[in-house]
Amino acid sequence: GNWSRLAAQQALTQDKLLEFDTFGNISLIHITDIHAQLKPIFFREPSMNIGVGANKGAVPHLTGAAFRKRYGIEDASPSAYALTYDDFAALAQGYGRVGGLDRVATVVNAIRADRPDALLLDGGDTWHGSYTCYQTAGQDMVNVMNALKPDAMTFHWEFTLGSERVAEIVESLPFAALGQNIFDAEWDEPTELFPPYRFFESGGVKIAVIGQAFPYMPIANPGWMFPEYSFGLRDERMQEMVDEVRANGAELVVCLSHNGFDVDKQMAGIVTGIDVILSGHTHDALPEPVLVGETVIVASGSNGKFVSRVDLDVQNGRMMGFRHKLIPIFSDVITPDPEMTKLIDEQRAPYLDTLSEVIGRTGDDQTLYRRGNFNGTWDDLICDALISERDADIALSPGVRWGPSILPGQDITREDIWNVTSMTYGEAYRTEMTGEFLHVVLEDVADNLFNPDPYYQQGGDMVRVGGLGYRIDITKPQGSRITEMTLLKTGEMIDPTRTYQVAGWASVNEGTEGPQIWDVVEAHIAKQGVISLDPNNSVKVVGA
Amino acid sequence: MASGVKPRVKVPKTAAAGEAITIKTLISHKMESGQRKDDDGNVIPRSIINRFTCDFNGENVVDVTLEPAISTNPYFEFEAIVPEAGAFTFTWYDDDGSVYETSKEIAIG
Amino acid sequence: MGTGALIVAGLPIRGSAAVEDVIAAFTGGAPIGTGDIKLVAPEIAENGNTVPIEVSSGSAAEILVLATGNPTPSVATFKFGSLAASRAASTRIRLAGTQEVVAIAKLDDGSFVQASSTVKVTIGGCGG
Ligand SMILES: [Mn+2]
Ligand SMILES: [Mn+2]
Repeated sequence: GNWSRLAAQQALTQDKLLEFDTFGNISLIHITDIHAQLKPIFFREPSMNIGVGANKGAVPHLTGAAFRKRYGIEDASPSAYALTYDDFAALAQGYGRVGGLDRVATVVNAIRADRPDALLLDGGDTWHGSYTCYQTAGQDMVNVMNALKPDAMTFHWEFTLGSERVAEIVESLPFAALGQNIFDAEWDEPTELFPPYRFFESGGVKIAVIGQAFPYMPIANPGWMFPEYSFGLRDERMQEMVDEVRANGAELVVCLSHNGFDVDKQMAGIVTGIDVILSGHTHDALPEPVLVGETVIVASGSNGKFVSRVDLDVQNGRMMGFRHKLIPIFSDVITPDPEMTKLIDEQRAPYLDTLSEVIGRTGDDQTLYRRGNFNGTWDDLICDALISERDADIALSPGVRWGPSILPGQDITREDIWNVTSMTYGEAYRTEMTGEFLHVVLEDVADNLFNPDPYYQQGGDMVRVGGLGYRIDITKPQGSRITEMTLLKTGEMIDPTRTYQVAGWASVNEGTEGPQIWDVVEAHIAKQGVISLDPNNSVKVVGA
Repeated sequence: MASGVKPRVKVPKTAAAGEAITIKTLISHKMESGQRKDDDGNVIPRSIINRFTCDFNGENVVDVTLEPAISTNPYFEFEAIVPEAGAFTFTWYDDDGSVYETSKEIAIG
Repeated sequence: MGTGALIVAGLPIRGSAAVEDVIAAFTGGAPIGTGDIKLVAPEIAENGNTVPIEVSSGSAAEILVLATGNPTPSVATFKFGSLAASRAASTRIRLAGTQEVVAIAKLDDGSFVQASSTVKVTIGGCGG
């Protein structure tokens, strides 16, 4: 209610959010995985984020109360709202929306006022994830980010704009587009478009920023959209690059990474000489960096919800210490930068009527969210839409980690639907799959998430299912994790030899046909009017 | 004869006498494995490059036997010694009897 | 998430009797040890239709490459001539699914050594 909103905002001020005891001689500003969210949104953090192998129970695989306990966060506090999921809908009423790049601009400007030569580094997944980004093929984000004046960027979903468009944008960027692991696929050679690193001079210190793009691009996304490129981890080359920049006088080595957190941790243990890894892709928001040996790993969340500031003291080519703050972008507390607001609104103006059309609304107890290892309620709704609009037995929906949340009793606009579905390969296919193939699919995706070796993890969550129940033992090897697959509409076990009608979207295969997923979801929501979902208990998780 | 077959090679223009150089080669070719079926269910007959050789002034550098498991547009990378000025000759042998050849001069300098 | 992917992703494909036959034809039944042979392959294939591999050895006259899980396991045989600067070569291969790739070298002394590497071929899809 209103009183709690007031109380919450009294406790929070912009000065307090930005308060930082300036340290050392260098400041890094990290933002990542914005997924084209220009405006403030709600974003619920996951309730389930299982760590496996050596990462079981380790950061960032803590959620809810365990997360608050680990970082000494009080229940219902601003940090509890920003970083954990409990009481999300109630706390959101009080604390309001998060993000908005005009608020991010205010934060960046404030840090620059304090430290004029601070480096602003964008971890990628920037030119993807909204209606306007789709319609402009990323131009809205490029225009807005250029005004924010980053110093360097690396990449993931950007490539799903297609390599031609990516090249067109990158050639015009007024900052460095980095990726030591972006190779020409034909000759297996580094590309000119994406240099491995760039040197910066800041605070009298020579800094090298090395880019690491998402390693599994052609696996997780449609490789046919960017056939000219090959990616991979390439940690041997990463070591060569670190050695090269050190030999050329780098006093501080920063890796701007889109590996995902566990992969970064593993790489930090293999490659020596990286001082700071600014980690993206897995959308983890951590109030403190994680140290692996002498490497500091910083994770800055997603969807424009956080900005990290890292101050470092570098003396005689050696990092002597650091100070860090994960700044939550409370959009009702941080004053928007008026120039940036204007620029953002200009990008949206041609589409505003279409964007703001109300398609339906959530019921009084219904929150819509996605983030988490298994189905969120947005996923349930998308799967329901696929089953009913495409007349299928079973629905499959990708386990992506982007997509803002909707509060109870909130209007669902066309923009909201696009925020959780927009992509350049959104066709909603309908196909026959045998029970055996469905099992292979679930096992395959589960291993990309729960393989105990982080280098086999691709940083997505489990494929979301509708109309299908199963049991998963995450401790088992690939091929034996998934059992008790059940067709929910009959309660029968899935027959490996039988054929089922399956609807899904975001296929990585070329030539996939079907209506766009946002149209499917919009039609379903329009028919429902008010969205009220049954609780989903169809996935039984064992061994977490 | 397979259509659109085009060899490409990357060889440095110069080398020191006795120097080891890296050579990369590509040839555009479908490498039809003989295991795929067309839309009517008929097996598409095998049609691949089955041998690749690289020689320098008549002396062999590498001689490769290719099977259908080599990817479309066969790629090879290897190292050669350049004892003197001369020419590398690259030869690809097609199942259909075609032979594709290209050569690259290299100077000592 | 892929649909209708033709590859058999997931469980490693078991080697067939054909593998033994190809090896026997190469070695003439001689024993195979380990040692002077290295095979570099990715842990996860970006694309099962074009998987980069590299074989190298200090003293191999010939190197045989096998994809033990393919319907036809033979991949390639490299013979190094007098002007080879190293007994090493890279190429790109097709893998029908997650499996072990094997390289067997016939060394200059007539002995045989082998190295292997498992490559995961996944359906893919999803992401953060
Ligand atoms: Mn992301
Ligand atoms: Mn990503």
